[in-house]
Amino acid sequence: MDIQEYIESGILELYVYGALTQKESEEVSAILAQYPEVQQEVEQIEAALQSLSSAAAPYNPEALIAAIKSKLRNADGVIQLQPSASQKRARILSFISVAASIIFLIGIFVLLNRTNNLREELQTVEVEKTQLESKLNYSEEALQETKEILAVIRDPQVTKVPLAGQQVAPEAYVNVFWDKTSNKAYIDAMGLPEPPEGFVYQVWSLRLDPLTPTSMGLLENFSEDENKVFELENPNDSQAFGITLEPAGGSETPTMEQLYTLGVVQGNA
Amino acid sequence: MQPDELILRLQQKDEKAFERIYALYSESIFGVINSVLHDTEASEEVLQDVFIKVWDNSESYTSKKGRFFTWLLNIARNAAIDKTRSKAFKNQKKNLTQEYFVDILENKSSFTSKVDAIGIKKYIKTLGEECKKVIDLLFFKGYTQKETSEELNMPLGTVKTRNRLCINKLREILVN
Repeated sequence: MDIQEYIESGILELYVYGALTQKESEEVSAILAQYPEVQQEVEQIEAALQSLSSAAAPYNPEALIAAIKSKLRNADGVIQLQPSASQKRARILSFISVAASIIFLIGIFVLLNRTNNLREELQTVEVEKTQLESKLNYSEEALQETKEILAVIRDPQVTKVPLAGQQVAPEAYVNVFWDKTSNKAYIDAMGLPEPPEGFVYQVWSLRLDPLTPTSMGLLENFSEDENKVFELENPNDSQAFGITLEPAGGSETPTMEQLYTLGVVQGNA
Repeated sequence: MQPDELILRLQQKDEKAFERIYALYSESIFGVINSVLHDTEASEEVLQDVFIKVWDNSESYTSKKGRFFTWLLNIARNAAIDKTRSKAFKNQKKNLTQEYFVDILENKSSFTSKVDAIGIKKYIKTLGEECKKVIDLLFFKGYTQKETSEELNMPLGTVKTRNRLCINKLREILVN
């Protein structure tokens, strides 16, 4: 390498300015460490530039060192300036804050617990309330039904047809309340025994001459019905009503061997 | 001579070393900052910030990357340019036209004993317009070669050689 040429190229001035890339600078640094002439040249350039820029300073800022040093102390001297008293205080403070946190947590736990208990109580009360409400509804419905039944019984338009127990069940009895205007028949089946499992009572409207049965329907859910009063449609010109025990789902024609009750509509006998 | 021993002690957070480094470089760094800001008070502020950064970040300097003076220069120019971008500074300086170090040197009457005042005055007087601009951009403003060549409409290769001639003249005057 021609060192003189390298120096004359002007790269060293740019090096001191900081105008080279980092890579270029590192290359110059390496050469600088190797060649004393280059080192000397750089020192001279640097000295000249320092003189030039110093001349551009408003004054020699020697006095500012005090301000800078006090700023340095403020920045990194906090720990040294504050003696152990503050550390002790900090420890007490941290103890207090930990204790406060624990108390706070306990408080929260107690409150949560109480809240849970209250919530459970509330749920119990809610359930009880619902139960009472449904009981009330049920009673109201039952009352309404009873009222309706009573109204039917009292209605002068309604024909009462008593059905008497037959051979299979001599003790059985049924009253049919037949409202001809609304084509409805109310079957009061209180006097029928509970049907055996898999069987159902079927109500028949009968014409007598010749004997012609027409199914009016089934007394479904017999066991569950408390009043044992069943409302059925009856658009037929009935002369008599009969009730037979049939297999679940009912039959096309009545099983006469299982005729429980039978009664004739008055005025048609 | 670069005070390598002092720099090493500075990097070990030796306060005495820091004071001596400050004594060595503060005036020239102050001058660089002032050439950018043209405001004594603002320059004082920035100078303090720069040397606080020097203290805090001294371990980031390594001679492999370049001169310690160059490292200081970079910190100072960046801090000064940041200052020019601050709102308060802009508002205060909005009427300023483009100035450079030459204005400061021409208008300055008192120099410290460290500075060869007569030499500098003589240098500025004889310095060509082109040299003034080249030195201002490369040295005081921290432009790269490429940026300088674009700014002055000068071929890239010429920037380097032209600048050397400008600095050679300065060295001649100061030595004689």
